[in-house]
Amino acid sequence: MTIANREHFLTNIASRLGRSPSKEKPKRIWKYNPQAMVLKDYSQDELVQVLVKQCANIHTAVMTCTVEELPHTFQKAMESYGNGTGIYSKDPRFGDMGLTSLLTLNPALHEWDYEKGNANIKMAEQANIGIVISDITLAESGTIVVQTSKDNGRTLSYLPSNSIAIIPKSTIVPRMTQAAQQLRANPVTASSIHFITGPSNSADIEMKLVVGVHGPIRMTYLIVEGI
Amino acid sequence: MSMKISNEQFPNRLEENIQNEFMRNAVSSAQHRFQTRRAAAAEQLGNWEEWRNHGEEIRQHVLANLDYYLYELSENVVKQGGHVFFAETAEEANDYIVSIAKKKQARKIVKAKSMVTEEISLNDHLEQAGCEVIETDLGEYILQLDDHDPPSHIVTPALHKNKEQIREVFAEKNGYTQSSVPEDLALHARQVLREHFLTADIGITGCNFAVAETGSICLVTNEGNADLVSALPKTQISVMGMERLVPTFEEMEVLVSLLTRSAVGQKLTSYITVLTGAKKALEVDGPEEFHLVIVDNGRSSILGSEFEPILQCIRCAACINVCPVYRQIGGHSYGSIYSGPIGAVLSPLLGGYDDYKELPYASTLCGACTDVCPVKIPLHQLLLKHREVIVEREGRAPISEAALMNAFGFGTASSSLYRFGSKMASAVMKPFGNGETISNGPGPLKAWTDIREFPAPNKERFRDWFEKHKKEGDHS
Repeated sequence: MTIANREHFLTNIASRLGRSPSKEKPKRIWKYNPQAMVLKDYSQDELVQVLVKQCANIHTAVMTCTVEELPHTFQKAMESYGNGTGIYSKDPRFGDMGLTSLLTLNPALHEWDYEKGNANIKMAEQANIGIVISDITLAESGTIVVQTSKDNGRTLSYLPSNSIAIIPKSTIVPRMTQAAQQLRANPVTASSIHFITGPSNSADIEMKLVVGVHGPIRMTYLIVEGI
Repeated sequence: MSMKISNEQFPNRLEENIQNEFMRNAVSSAQHRFQTRRAAAAEQLGNWEEWRNHGEEIRQHVLANLDYYLYELSENVVKQGGHVFFAETAEEANDYIVSIAKKKQARKIVKAKSMVTEEISLNDHLEQAGCEVIETDLGEYILQLDDHDPPSHIVTPALHKNKEQIREVFAEKNGYTQSSVPEDLALHARQVLREHFLTADIGITGCNFAVAETGSICLVTNEGNADLVSALPKTQISVMGMERLVPTFEEMEVLVSLLTRSAVGQKLTSYITVLTGAKKALEVDGPEEFHLVIVDNGRSSILGSEFEPILQCIRCAACINVCPVYRQIGGHSYGSIYSGPIGAVLSPLLGGYDDYKELPYASTLCGACTDVCPVKIPLHQLLLKHREVIVEREGRAPISEAALMNAFGFGTASSSLYRFGSKMASAVMKPFGNGETISNGPGPLKAWTDIREFPAPNKERFRDWFEKHKKEGDHS
């Protein structure tokens, strides 16, 4: 852990600003706060409607169900991608949502297990489907937030061909503003926080949208009521 | 590649690009799509001006306290187990990054799109050190494969190429045999690059915004390549222009929202990724070592000058997408990786007037760039300031009207040219006229005023004047 050339660099900047370098945290006082107005006072049900509608703009399939219906809906989503191999994060919430037996009894599905090291990455690379649970969900943009950890690798969300994201209704907030506030309040920042909005895409060739470039080619959101 | 992408003189660059019909059509249609999408995304919010005001106040606050926030950023990167290198020059940045590559005995390096690494010619230095450097953004990959064709747009770098040309590049360099359908081309790139992600020793990214409070790097992409660049190689190096930071996540999200809406009309792009330090204990993927390189390379001399507002820029390219001159001449004519209005202001500041003195004249001063800028940079006023400085320094403008007007392809009846004439009512014109006429005009007017007088603005509309004089000419 090193910092090189800082003093001279910052002294130069401060002198351009007509003073000596400051180590006093400036007050952040803003005149404007437009972000607070977006979807203000929307109920959780209204936010679900916004989210579902936004999915059409981001090339993402969406299904809504109750916790009780989730195992069945989850199976339908898996079938839509032709089942096959999959990898999912090690997350106690899968159990809370009644998915444990579906996941663990299927030999084609693998739980991310840090003790297996790089074998996880290989599994993700070969997986047809990656399965994650959203930590925070942004209604306005149709975005899931995934914070990586030893139990939830970065590549799990990027290497599989298809992605299924389970969205507990309680995780839905109006927009990135609330997510930023929540993340700021966390005492520990994850090494990698991913705001994911649908499948990967590019318009680099003649401005024509191609869905599915380096990350998943297709994506499904399962919005779960009652959790 | 460096910031400078051509050794040709400006008029020659114009001449060459103006004849590239595919490019001009592609640029025109891309501009139309970008503009429509940006306008819809801005309008949807209902209070876009308030968003712009907030974006402006955040960026100004950061610049006014830049030394503090860089201090805080560096402290927090180190707390998260990272290394920070402050580089005053491109050479210092390149030497440091090459030294890491050598220490790691790196053979293969994957890169996510980054303007600042282009600016400092990082790839050349790494290649000279024996590393294979692979760009992984689809557009950048295409250009790199095509013998390092320069980018022509800061968001969609391969805008000037058509799918047939891309198919030919893939066929020639990679033995590609499939069609020129964009999906097939993208799938080919996915397959080739996937292998590179998995086998690279070092991943290099740029930085859309660093977050001082947490020591994080925020990357804004659509393809997912930056995520793989930062997830798979054991060493990650992120390179940032020294002004590209925000105090906390709360300001980051505002600027990200402004950036994605202004750049591509999306509420958010597919991937907004916030990386903080190296991977934590027991994490399987992510880098074991993280280096942040903070680059000055001429930025500090802009700070505190009359050009300081250009450092507010968040590289969205909205100004490029509305510029009538860019539409006519395309990105390569600017001779810099930074094209359009932002390039015309920034390139002379970072690269010097010797190479870029004509760029401030590549503008009709219509002000469309200023109107769309999400952080309210007064771009057309900064272009005028450049002209003042250049004329003061050189005693004359560096380029003739004939070259520019022909090259811009503006008919004399075009509204842009009309606005150009109208907007000449400015400080820059005062030294050249007697109030009634301008007899010693700068820039594009020079060739004109060499042979005839130009009417002073406000006295007679240029279009009227021109129409009248044209008719007089016709009769004579």
